[in-house]
Amino acid sequence: MSTQERQAAESKTLFGFWVYLMTDCVLFASLFATFAVLRFNTNGGPTGEDLFNLSFVFKETFILLTSSFACGLGILAARQGNKRLCLSMFGLTFALGLAFLGLELHEFNKLYNDGDSWRRSGFLSAFFTLVGTHGAHITAGLIWMGTMMLRVVQQGLTTNNIKRLTMLSLFWHFLDIVWIFIFTVVYLMGLVL
Amino acid sequence: MSLLGRLNWDAVQHGWVIAGGQVTLVAVMLAVVGLLTYKKRWGWLWREWLTTVDPKRIGVMYIVFAMLMLLRGLADAAMMRAQQAVSVGPHHGFLDPNHYQQIFTAHGTIMIFFVAMGLMFGLINLVVPMQIGSRDVAFPFLNATSFWLYAMGGMLLNLSLVLGGFAATGWLAYPPLSELAYSPGPGVDYWIWGLQIAGVGSLMSGINFLVTIIKMRAPGMKLMKMPMFCWSVLGAMSLVVFAFPILTATLTMLALDRTLGMHFFTALNGGNPMMYVNLIWAWGHPEVYILVLPAFGVYSEIVPTFSRKPLFGYTSMVWAIWGIVLLSFLVWLHHFFTMGAGADVNAFFGVMTMAIAVPTGVKIFNWLFTMYRGRVRFTTPMLWFIGFVTTFTMGGVAGVIMAIPAADFELHNSLFLVAHFHTMIIGGVVFGYFAGLTYWFPKFFGFRLNERLGKYAFYCWFVGFLLAFIPLYILGMMGATRRLDHYDASLGWQWLFIVAAVGVALVLVGVGFQVLQLYYSIKNRHANLDKTGDPWLGRTLEWSTASPPPFYNFAHIPLASERDAYWEMKKHKGQVTPKYESITLPRNTIMPLTISLMAFMFGFGMIWHMYWLPILGFFGIVGSIIWRSTSDEHEYKLPAAKVRQIEEELEARYA
Amino acid sequence: MVGGIALLAIIVAGIVLSRSNIPILQPAGPVAQKERNLMITAFSLSMIVVIPVYLLLVWFSLKYRHTNKSARYDPAFSHSRWLEGVWWAVPLAIISVLAVITWRSSHELDPFKPLVSNQPPLNIQVVSMRWKWLFIYPTENVATINYVNFPVNRPVNFEITSDAPMNSFWIPQLGGQIYSMTGMSTNLNLMASKLGTYRGLSANISGDGFAGMHFSVVASTQQNYQKWLAYVRDSSNKLDKPAYDKLSRPSSNNPPAYYALADSGLYSEIVSKYAEPVFKAEN
Repeated sequence: MSTQERQAAESKTLFGFWVYLMTDCVLFASLFATFAVLRFNTNGGPTGEDLFNLSFVFKETFILLTSSFACGLGILAARQGNKRLCLSMFGLTFALGLAFLGLELHEFNKLYNDGDSWRRSGFLSAFFTLVGTHGAHITAGLIWMGTMMLRVVQQGLTTNNIKRLTMLSLFWHFLDIVWIFIFTVVYLMGLVL
Repeated sequence: MSLLGRLNWDAVQHGWVIAGGQVTLVAVMLAVVGLLTYKKRWGWLWREWLTTVDPKRIGVMYIVFAMLMLLRGLADAAMMRAQQAVSVGPHHGFLDPNHYQQIFTAHGTIMIFFVAMGLMFGLINLVVPMQIGSRDVAFPFLNATSFWLYAMGGMLLNLSLVLGGFAATGWLAYPPLSELAYSPGPGVDYWIWGLQIAGVGSLMSGINFLVTIIKMRAPGMKLMKMPMFCWSVLGAMSLVVFAFPILTATLTMLALDRTLGMHFFTALNGGNPMMYVNLIWAWGHPEVYILVLPAFGVYSEIVPTFSRKPLFGYTSMVWAIWGIVLLSFLVWLHHFFTMGAGADVNAFFGVMTMAIAVPTGVKIFNWLFTMYRGRVRFTTPMLWFIGFVTTFTMGGVAGVIMAIPAADFELHNSLFLVAHFHTMIIGGVVFGYFAGLTYWFPKFFGFRLNERLGKYAFYCWFVGFLLAFIPLYILGMMGATRRLDHYDASLGWQWLFIVAAVGVALVLVGVGFQVLQLYYSIKNRHANLDKTGDPWLGRTLEWSTASPPPFYNFAHIPLASERDAYWEMKKHKGQVTPKYESITLPRNTIMPLTISLMAFMFGFGMIWHMYWLPILGFFGIVGSIIWRSTSDEHEYKLPAAKVRQIEEELEARYA
Repeated sequence: MVGGIALLAIIVAGIVLSRSNIPILQPAGPVAQKERNLMITAFSLSMIVVIPVYLLLVWFSLKYRHTNKSARYDPAFSHSRWLEGVWWAVPLAIISVLAVITWRSSHELDPFKPLVSNQPPLNIQVVSMRWKWLFIYPTENVATINYVNFPVNRPVNFEITSDAPMNSFWIPQLGGQIYSMTGMSTNLNLMASKLGTYRGLSANISGDGFAGMHFSVVASTQQNYQKWLAYVRDSSNKLDKPAYDKLSRPSSNNPPAYYALADSGLYSEIVSKYAEPVFKAEN
C-alpha cells in the first residue's frame, strides 16, 4: 500500500472504531436506563444500601483509574517508539485490570453465596447485568491486551500495532468512563439516595 | 449438563400444514445441492459466493435470501387470510390458536428482519460503493460477516418450523407473555437468538456503511454533491448505529430472564414488563425509518432518471432526511399510548409523531415537482413510484389520525393499525425496493428484465394490496382487533375478510409474474443485453461502468465534482483514458461464514439448553478473531496489465 | 391507470363505510363520540395536503409524460424557494393546529379522568385472566365473568388489573381501550348514552385463548340494573378463594357467569400479588 492509501486506511479504521464505541455507549445506556427503573424493585430483598460497601468500591475505582493512567503512558511510549516502556506500562495496565476483575468477581461471589443472586429481584438482575457487562468488556479488553503485548514482543512497534494499541487504549478509557457512571449511579446513588 | 439439553423427539413439529412448509424447505435445499452437484459448480460456489468479500456479490446474496424469505412470509400471510376468511361462528378454520399465533409471529418477524432488512442491505451493498466512486466498503471482512450472520439468524428461524416451533407472542414478544411462566418452550428462544444474531450483523453493517460514505467518496464528491440515495443510506445507518444496540441489550435481558432466571420483565419478583415495551419500541420505531429511508432514496434516484430532470430541491431533501432521523427518536411512545402514561406524556409524543409527517410530505412534493416540466417515462420502476405515492399518502393519513392519543385509544391494535403499517411498509418499503431491484438489475446482471411482465407484476401487487388492506381499515373501525383466530358470525366481518383473502391471492399472482419475469429475462438474456452500461440514461456514477461492472468497479477512481456526476461526465465526453494502475483488493476468505456458523451453533445451543455448544461457539468465534488478526496479508495486488486486459475485453465485447 | 384504480378503491370503500355497521363511527357514549370526532377532524385537516398530492400526481403524470411533446421541458427547474416555503409551511401549520387539539384532547379524554356528570360514578373492578374477564362490583358484592351490566347515562369508573399476561380492555362503541397489567391498576372512565348490549374484547395478545376474550356489555335502565343486581346477589355461586383458584386455571370462550362476591378486597389482593412486598424479608 502507498503511504496515502495507508493513511486513508488508518483514518477509516480509527473512525470506524469511534463509531463502534458510540454503539457500545448506547448499549450501556439501555442497561443504565433499565437499572434506574428497577432500582427499587427489591422484591422484599436487600437494597443497594444493604449490599454496597463504599471503601470496597473506592478500591476498585482507584485500581481501574490507575490502570487507565498506565494505559495512557503506554500509548505515549508506543508513539515514541519505546518498546520496553510500552510493554511494561501495558503490563501494568493488564495487572491492574486483572486485579479489578478479581475484586469484582469476589463481590459477585459473596452476593451469590449470601443468596442475593441475580434471581432474587429485578434490582439485583439489573445490577449484575450492568456491572457484569462492564466486567465482560474488561475481560475482552484484557484478552485483547494480552494478544497485543505478544504481538509487540514479536513484531515490535509497527504502524499497524500502534494503530491497534490506539484503538485498545480508546476502548480501555471508554470502559473507565462507563465505570465512573456505574460508580455514581449504582453504588453512590444506591447508598445515598 | 446433558448432551442434548431439552432436545428430544417431541420437538419435531408435525401437522399437515407444517409438513407442507417442512417439505418445501427440504425440497428447496435438496434442489440447490442437486443442481450444484449436477453442474459441477461447488468450486464456483466456494470461490464466487461463499468466500467472497465483494459487496456486489454480497448484495446479490442478501437479495436472494430476502426473496426466499419473502415467499415464506407471504405463505404465512396467505394462511392467515385463509384462516380469518373461514374461521367464523361454528367453524374454527384449519389452524388451532397456538399454531395461528406462531404463524403471524413468524410472518412479522420474517418480513421485517429478513425480507425488508435483507432487500435494503442488498441494494445498499450493490449501489452505494459504486455511487460514491469507490471500489469497496470500508470493512470488507465485516461486510461479509454481516451477511452470513443475517443468513444464520434466518436459518434459525426456519429451523423452528421443523424443530420445536416458534414464538406465539406477536413479532415483538412482549413480556410477561414471552417469559418462561407463559411461554416455557423453545419458541421465544428461537425468536431471541435468531434476531440477536441477525441484529449484530445489522449493527456491523451500520458502522460499515457509515464509515464508507463518510470516508470513501471519490475525490471531489463533497457530501452535498453525493447522490440522494447515499444521503438516505447515511441517515438510515446513523439510525442503525443508535437503535440496534438497544435491541441487543433488550434481547439479552429477555434471554437472561429466560435462561438465568433473572427478573427484568417478569410479572413477579420485581420485573417490569413496561420497561421492555419502552426499550423494544425505542429500537422499533427507528427501525421502521431505517427501512423506509433507503426506499425513499431509491425513489430519489428513479424519479429524476425517468423524468430526465435533476431531483427537485436537493438541499431541502437532505434536511428532510435529517429531520426524519432526529424525530424518529422522539416518537416511540406512540406505539403504546394505551399503556397509561398520562396525558402530558401522551400529548408530547403525539405532537412529535405528527411532526414527522412534515419532512415526509416535503419529500413527496419534491418528487412530484421533479416530474414537473420533465419528460416522464412510465417504466416499471416509475410505476412502483406512482403506486407508492398513491398508497403511502393514504397510510400517512391513517398515521396522522392515530397520532392523536385519544383517537388512538379506539384504533390501537385494531386491524386499522395493521392496515396502516402494512400500507407504509408495502407501499413505501417494498414498492421502493422492488423499484430499485428493477432499476439496477441491468447494471449488476448485464441484461434487462422483461418490461411487460414487470408491469403485470406491479398491477397485481397494487390492486392486490388495495383489496387486501382497505377491508382491514374498515374492519378496524368495526372494532376488530388484530391477531384473532376466530370471531362471531353476528359481527358481519366475514365478507371483508374474504375480500382481503382475494387481495392476498392477487398479490401472490403478482409474485408469480415476478418469478416468471425472472425466468423469461434469464432465458432471453442474450437478446436483452445491456451493451452500454447505461440503459436508462442514468445520472450517477454506477452507470459509467460496464454491465456487469468488473469486480474492482472502476479502473480509475472517478473525479466527481458535481451532483449527478455521471450526467456531467457525459456532457464532457471524449476524455483521454489515463494510464492503468495496479489495484489493491481484499482477498477472499471463508472466515465470515465459519464465524457465522459458530454463531448459529451458539444460538442453537442456547435454545435447546445444550450449553456445551454455546461455549464451543463462543471460543470458536474469539479464536477466529484472534487468528484473523495474526495475519496482516489480507489484500492482494491486481497488476496494471491485468486491469488493462479486463478493460479492453469489456470494450471489445460491447463494441 | 394507477390513479383510476385508486380512485375506484376509495369510492368503493366510502360506500361500504356509509352502509355498514361501524361501531367506532357510530358511538353509543360521549367518550367514543369525542374520540370519533377527533378522527374526523384529523382526517379532514390531512385532506388539505392529501388532495393536492393526488391532484398533482395525476396532472403531472398526464401532462409531462414523454409522449406529450407540447408540454414544456425545463430540466433546469430543480429548485424554488417559494414552492419549498409552501410545502414546509402549510403542513407545519396544519400540524400546529393538530398539536393544540392533541394537547387539549389528551387531557380531556385521559382515561384516568372522571367524567363530568351529576351522577356519582359506579366503580367496577376488572381483572383480565386466562382467558376471560372478571368484573367485580366491590360495593354491590357481586362479580361476573365476561359480562358487565350498568345503568345508562351513569359514568362508570373501571379499575383494571391483570392476573395474566398483558391484555387491553376495550369496548369500542363506548370508548377507547387501556392496558391491563399485573401489579398495576389502570383506570378507564366510560359512559353509555344509549340503552343496549355492546361488545367488549381484549386488544392485546395474551396466549392461546386470547381470541375468545370477548364480553357482553349491557347498558340498562336503573330499574333493570337493580333487578339484575338482586338476582346475582342471591346466586348460589360464591366467588370465594377456591372458586377464584378454579377460575384461574386456563380456560377460554367462557360463557357469562354470575357470582356473589365473598371477599370485597379481592381486587387489591390480586394487584398486591404482583406488586413489591411492603415489608422486607429478614435475611
